[in-house]
Amino acid sequence: MPFIPHTEADVAAMLNAIGAPAIDSLFDEIPAGLDCAGLPGVPEGLSEMALMRLARERARADGDWLNFIGAGAYEHHIPAAIWPIVTRGEFYSAYTPYQAEASQGTLQLIYEYQTLITRLTGLDVSNASLYDGASALTEAILMAVRSDKQNRRRVLVPATVHPRYRAVAQALVNAQGIEIITLPYCTDCGHSLVDALDLFKNQPAAALVIPQPNFFGVLEPVDALTDWAHAQDMQAIAVVNPMTLALLKPPGQWGHQGADICVGDGQPLGIPLSSGGPYFGFMTAKQALVRQMPGRIVGRTVDLDGKTGFSLTLQAREQHIRRAKATSNICSNQGLMVAAATIYMSLMGPQGLTRVAATSRSNTRALVDRLTALPGVSEVFKRPALHEAVIRLPGDASEILRALTARGIQGGYALGADYAELSDCILVCATETKTDADLDLYAEQLERILSRRDIPKCKMQPKW
Amino acid sequence: MSIPTDLKYTASHEWARLEADGSVTIGITDHAQELLGDMVFVENPTVGRTLAAGEECAVVESVKAASDVYAPIAGEVVSINEALEAEPQKLNEDAYAHWMFRIQPANAADLDGLMDAAAYQAAVDAEAH
Repeated sequence: MPFIPHTEADVAAMLNAIGAPAIDSLFDEIPAGLDCAGLPGVPEGLSEMALMRLARERARADGDWLNFIGAGAYEHHIPAAIWPIVTRGEFYSAYTPYQAEASQGTLQLIYEYQTLITRLTGLDVSNASLYDGASALTEAILMAVRSDKQNRRRVLVPATVHPRYRAVAQALVNAQGIEIITLPYCTDCGHSLVDALDLFKNQPAAALVIPQPNFFGVLEPVDALTDWAHAQDMQAIAVVNPMTLALLKPPGQWGHQGADICVGDGQPLGIPLSSGGPYFGFMTAKQALVRQMPGRIVGRTVDLDGKTGFSLTLQAREQHIRRAKATSNICSNQGLMVAAATIYMSLMGPQGLTRVAATSRSNTRALVDRLTALPGVSEVFKRPALHEAVIRLPGDASEILRALTARGIQGGYALGADYAELSDCILVCATETKTDADLDLYAEQLERILSRRDIPKCKMQPKW
Repeated sequence: MSIPTDLKYTASHEWARLEADGSVTIGITDHAQELLGDMVFVENPTVGRTLAAGEECAVVESVKAASDVYAPIAGEVVSINEALEAEPQKLNEDAYAHWMFRIQPANAADLDGLMDAAAYQAAVDAEAH
């Protein structure tokens, strides 16, 4: 199906039918002063051949690295079947499924996505997705505040939540008068301390955010944290990596009552790293919160003949009907990314996901063992980690990472910019894509870099 | 369309009734439920909340739209009809038999400022034209 279905003749016939001389005349109520008259700085269009060349050059500029960085976006194997299916014309459309009569395929796919993601997270309802993990967390915070019967406008967020997620949430909720309180973490073990939370008992908050695994890869005491939140009559918001749920308890089963809302980034489920996006955010919740949930929700129903069909549901809370009083200004979703994730989950199945998560975990453990065998390198936190870990290096972390990059290795994420106390630390990750030889190479190269640093400094400065 | 003569009304289609204990029971009118169509959800205010006259305090959602319900007069919410949360369609069956919430009025005389049945009938007729 062509993207723009109207020919010039179609347009002329339609204008003639309504008695308008030109398309521009339909917009003549807009004052002339507001007309921006073109977009300066936007280059001319390119031919397909020129565009492909430009795209290849840009892709080359990214480089081809042996990658050990996770920190929120993960390099997993993407089965070859996924993207040829996703990029079929039926899915690869820019528009969204308002018209049930014309969109049954897309609606069914979203319904199946919702089914898979609710099963993975152990909660009752899912929306059709959000932009990314950070905006999903923000929407979960707004949802918790909106549904708080005591009108508390404060939310507790551990420092172990992804720093970018916290920055996005801060930027978006501040203007609505919602206060985010950052909770400290245990510097020995890298998790949030339930005992320390009692300091916040007298500061009424609508919700406690609980990451699992947290930004350091460390496992949080999610049962105790969830129960603590519920004991204060707060909602528990889970922030999870969907891949790890193949191994970990689903948020719907945390503590005695389960987390109330669960969000995260869906990128690990078949979405390429792709210079940072597009990814997608997911959100599931308990049934009682469904009317507070932002965005699209697809439901299954029957038509007049009793045949199964799918349609958008609970739209009365959305802004195209409820206008300024809508639950959220979210009015779209990442349909294409959701298509990829749905196909990924269907192809992998529970066993496949478990194997990916387990192999990522054992590869990361093997990497940590190899690296911490080097003098001066140690693992920072004592609590169990999943498929990421924090490593302390003997020296400035950014400088050592630069030296590794010069040897073709992206060695990890330097934590100093986000956590001043961890300026000599990096976050490393080895997914199922890494072989023993890859891990050996990383350890060898790091050993070489560190041993050179022990040599008394030459007056000549190295170039890297 | 039914408009009982023993109730008071607002232009935003709420009804109010003064009870023997001094509280005021509030619901939506038959005309309102007819406009909205099949009800699927009712969200009442929390008990204890203090309402100003005209304040948005509840939501009724039908298959067509979600609409706010406004407090006819100022007061404190003393009870809500929880049964409606499970069976919102009761509002379609009989909007006067199924109240939404009850308030203790700040000033019972405020009720006198609301419309009687004849005035509400006239307001609905005017809206239709």
